[in-house]
Amino acid sequence: MAVMTDPPRLATPPPLGVKSPEPKKRRTAGWWLPFVLIAPAVVLELVIHVIPMVVGVWMSFIKLTQLYIANWSAAPFLGFGNYEVALDFSGAQGKALVQSFLTTVLFTVLVVGISWVFGMAAAVALQRSFWGRGLLRTLFLIPYAVPMYAGIIAWKFMFQQQTGAINTILTSLHLVDPGQKPFWLIGSNAIVSVVVVAIWRMWPFAFLMLMAGLQSVSEDLYEASALDGAKPFRQWRSITLPGLGPVNRVLLLVMFLWTFNDFNTPFILFGGNQPPAGDLISIHIYNTSFVNLNFGFGSAMSVLLLLFLLLVTGIYLFIGNRRSKDA
Amino acid sequence: MNFSRRTKIGAVIAGAAAIALLATGCSSGGSGSSDASGTTIKYWASNQGTSLANDKEVLTPVLKKFEKETGIKVDLEVVGWNNLQNRINTAVTSGAGPDVTNIGNTWAPYLQATGAFLPYDSANMKAIGGKDKFVATALATGGQEGKALTSVPLYGLAYGLYYNKKMFADAGLTPPTTWEEMVADAKKLTTPSVWGMGLEAGSYTENVHFAFITASQNKASFFKGEKADFTQDGAVDGVKRYLDLMQTDKVVDPSNAQYTTGTEASADFAKGKVAMIINQDNANALLESNGMKADAYGVVAIPAPVGGKKISSGIQGINISIYKNTKHKDAALKFVKYMTSAATQDVLGKPYVSIPVLKDVKPTFTDDPALAKTFQDIYNDASAPYPLVPLEGAFETNVGNAVNNLFATIATGGTVSTSDVKKALQTAEDKTNAAG
Repeated sequence: MAVMTDPPRLATPPPLGVKSPEPKKRRTAGWWLPFVLIAPAVVLELVIHVIPMVVGVWMSFIKLTQLYIANWSAAPFLGFGNYEVALDFSGAQGKALVQSFLTTVLFTVLVVGISWVFGMAAAVALQRSFWGRGLLRTLFLIPYAVPMYAGIIAWKFMFQQQTGAINTILTSLHLVDPGQKPFWLIGSNAIVSVVVVAIWRMWPFAFLMLMAGLQSVSEDLYEASALDGAKPFRQWRSITLPGLGPVNRVLLLVMFLWTFNDFNTPFILFGGNQPPAGDLISIHIYNTSFVNLNFGFGSAMSVLLLLFLLLVTGIYLFIGNRRSKDA
Repeated sequence: MNFSRRTKIGAVIAGAAAIALLATGCSSGGSGSSDASGTTIKYWASNQGTSLANDKEVLTPVLKKFEKETGIKVDLEVVGWNNLQNRINTAVTSGAGPDVTNIGNTWAPYLQATGAFLPYDSANMKAIGGKDKFVATALATGGQEGKALTSVPLYGLAYGLYYNKKMFADAGLTPPTTWEEMVADAKKLTTPSVWGMGLEAGSYTENVHFAFITASQNKASFFKGEKADFTQDGAVDGVKRYLDLMQTDKVVDPSNAQYTTGTEASADFAKGKVAMIINQDNANALLESNGMKADAYGVVAIPAPVGGKKISSGIQGINISIYKNTKHKDAALKFVKYMTSAATQDVLGKPYVSIPVLKDVKPTFTDDPALAKTFQDIYNDASAPYPLVPLEGAFETNVGNAVNNLFATIATGGTVSTSDVKKALQTAEDKTNAAG
């Protein structure tokens, strides 16, 4: 007859409702390891992100202009002076800020929306294996892999009015009169060029994330729904989209933040010559700070931008969390 | 999870090594020796030649000679005009920049106000050869009145109106003496294949210079004391007159609104695509490199409108400054002395087409005595000094960019009225005064 011994502790979990006895308060060997492992990351985070951010916030409260830039401690304290100028929408600076903000909102909505649509379409199209899928996947990811400067400079050349490829193609398709070639890098068309380039860079990222997310959506669901007579669009709406819920939540937020803050695209595309139609907010703040040497004001605008983005993110996550609780 | 002891220690060593590696990578510039010889100084040169590469070609033998004479090595970087002010500003802000830099001479007052540059007080001025060697007008651009200068003149430049001799002769025209004549001539010369005039309409530095020149011709200025005052009638009218070359006179190709580097209009002129350009005298080198012989073009002073003041140029030029926090002060001073010496000025005068900033130096920028006289006269008699106030830098960027955008509006089919110009200048004025 076998002797019944107590089963080892790991084999059976404690019965529901009963708390396992508290382990003795004794530091396990190597308690310090997790802290040591994350210490470099924490230090770098503080030095590269947090401390400069705090300094930036402090800068927004002082009059840090060209007269004081070489000697910060001499700069007079302005309190909310810089903020007042930034938020005075009847003044030149405030009006320019609002204009830039609205341009950036339009830019972000267009870029995130269209990139997401392209990414979703490509991810769904390439969901099932077919001949040439690998090649197409690689092709689609190229814009994201190309070094940013090289890619955007290539677009800048293409958008040149007289010699660029875009106008040459449009002229050969007879969409544009050769004597009246449109400008893409100055004037009101500038928003089109910056949106196109941003979408070109952003949509492979959406594609990549959605493709990865689709891996976790089970094939069986599609088969079952097909048996029930569901058309592809219904399948997409009822299976794919909910299945990608968590991925989409994060993806849209990340895309929104990156696009809203995009500095590289307008800077490389337009150089120092920012057209008002393409004046995105990060470039606008840069122009005020570096080009006008008015760092206090630039910092105030940056803090306002930070608050706005925090607000949007907060609302977004709050709504997202409530939805997932209801699900 | 329970790691073995070995794994834990391994992880700690790896982490420490990573931090150590980062720390060495982040170490800032090395020690500066006070002994001048044997050191290396960093020098930012501006684009004065036909291209950045050309500048490097021109300067390298000059710098090598300096190294031979003094043992000081010069690490040269040539920075283009669309970037130079930005780079200088960044170096001022961060404190990390070159030891010596060229600056546009109109930037001298505002750079002086930042306090980031070494003042040429009596000791430093003596070290570079004394202030009496400089032409007085040129030296006056070195900073605000009454304060120790933080820059000294290096190259003198002046604007001129370049015209294509053959096109003028064929059309039976003589070089214009008034603005109205210039516009009429340009209109006559504008054909389906040739434009009457070429402008660097996308370059904020060029645009602000012409805004200044046309305003001066209208006896207006952009400042009231030290405060910006951009909406004086003469200033607004001057800018409108300049914009109208593209807008109503239609003698300028709208695609010039995308010309930003300061060299594209000259290249068009050399290739016979435009009949006239308004450019600083260093266009000579560019035209030559583009295949235009010196006898194919002539130069006259940019004419003033009838009844206007005979101003054809600002006192343009390049100055040279030393950053205050340089670790090689003696070496830097020696270098500035060398660059502003008669021998070096003689060598650099020709490739940079520079009007002499030193007294008693023969102009070498051209072999044509008539051309030399034209530019020397413009420099001496028809040049207006830029405002020597701290807000000058912000004035340049804001007014320059405003005119850029106005040209862009015209080029893309919009219209710019006098009140549009006034509005744009008012916005620029507000931004400028806020920067003070």
